Amino acid sequence: MSARRVMVVIPAFNEQACIAEVVAEVRDRLPDATVVVVDDGSTDRTRAVADAAGATVLSLPFNLGVGGALRLGLRYGQRTGHDAVVQVDGDGQHDPAAVAGMVARLDECDIVVGARFAGEGDYTVRGPRRWAMVLLAAVVGRMAGTELTDVTSGFRAFGPRAMVLLGQTLPTEYLGDTIDALVVSSRAGLVVRQEAVVMRPRQGGVPSQSPYRAALYLARAGLALVLAFARRETLPDLGPAPWEQRTQTTVGSP
Amino acid sequence: MTTLQVVSLAVSVAILVAAVDMLRRRRLREKYAVLWLLVGVGQLALGLFPSLLDVVAGALGIADPPNLLAFGGIVFLLGVTAHLSWEASNLEDETRTLAEEVAMLRVQVEDLAERTPGRTG
Repeated sequence: MSARRVMVVIPAFNEQACIAEVVAEVRDRLPDATVVVVDDGSTDRTRAVADAAGATVLSLPFNLGVGGALRLGLRYGQRTGHDAVVQVDGDGQHDPAAVAGMVARLDECDIVVGARFAGEGDYTVRGPRRWAMVLLAAVVGRMAGTELTDVTSGFRAFGPRAMVLLGQTLPTEYLGDTIDALVVSSRAGLVVRQEAVVMRPRQGGVPSQSPYRAALYLARAGLALVLAFARRETLPDLGPAPWEQRTQTTVGSP
Repeated sequence: MTTLQVVSLAVSVAILVAAVDMLRRRRLREKYAVLWLLVGVGQLALGLFPSLLDVVAGALGIADPPNLLAFGGIVFLLGVTAHLSWEASNLEDETRTLAEEVAMLRVQVEDLAERTPGRTG
């Protein structure tokens, strides 16, 4: 575990207000991790601010969405020889203090989802959006064979096998980067687990909560879920789980 | 069930199956598929309940119901072409941006290669 090379990937689209603080906090909490900000075609000073804060900045020439930004992060992590990629939001919602615990759990699984729990933190969701999240969590959790309560969380740790799989297949579709990614991973035989984390209120931006938007969200989430389950693409062979390999080597070596 | 109904149903089912299959294989993206799925479902409804056409045409004040079908078809195809033109413009814009990025990266790489002894760009 101590030898694991960790990359923290922060997808950022016009986050100049918070990105410096997020980068500084991640560097402070995780001095050994590589901190990469994927500037997803921002039109503000995100790139300059993140660079000044000490992050490696990958600048996409135009906006690809969270899925595109994360996929770039996963591929860059592979290319630079990292064994774990942790996705952290650029708006300060995710507490970097939880990253170490999430990475430690990669010893026993491929993807760790940092899950918001009702009653913890200041994160509250109501109405159709809430129902959608509960339904999605139940269905995806059942497929993954584990208890999941928050499948749309963008706070996640990916092990080597997940980096390979999602570096190829992560969809750019709406909600595809979360729901579809978890369903594809489960289908490919990856092990998904969740870790309870406390979310902080967003430091910038305004969450959308109108009933119309909530209903639209429910419809699109449903479509994303149906699509994710209907997918029949060929998946790459990812080999045995790293933690099983490790056991085998220990047993076999003199 | 009339022959026309059977043909209509067969065509709508074929559209739906083709769209869903392409979606499953990731050959078609969600944003393009939604329109085709709507057409398939609409035609399926018309095939099952042909009287639906008369009702809607009556409500819209169209005297000859088949005209509604032609009108609807034209409006839909106009919508699809407008959407595709919009997407093509986006793609052209993005390609141009990529070409510019490549040109700038190339000169930067050449510059670095020149400064690195023992290597040729």
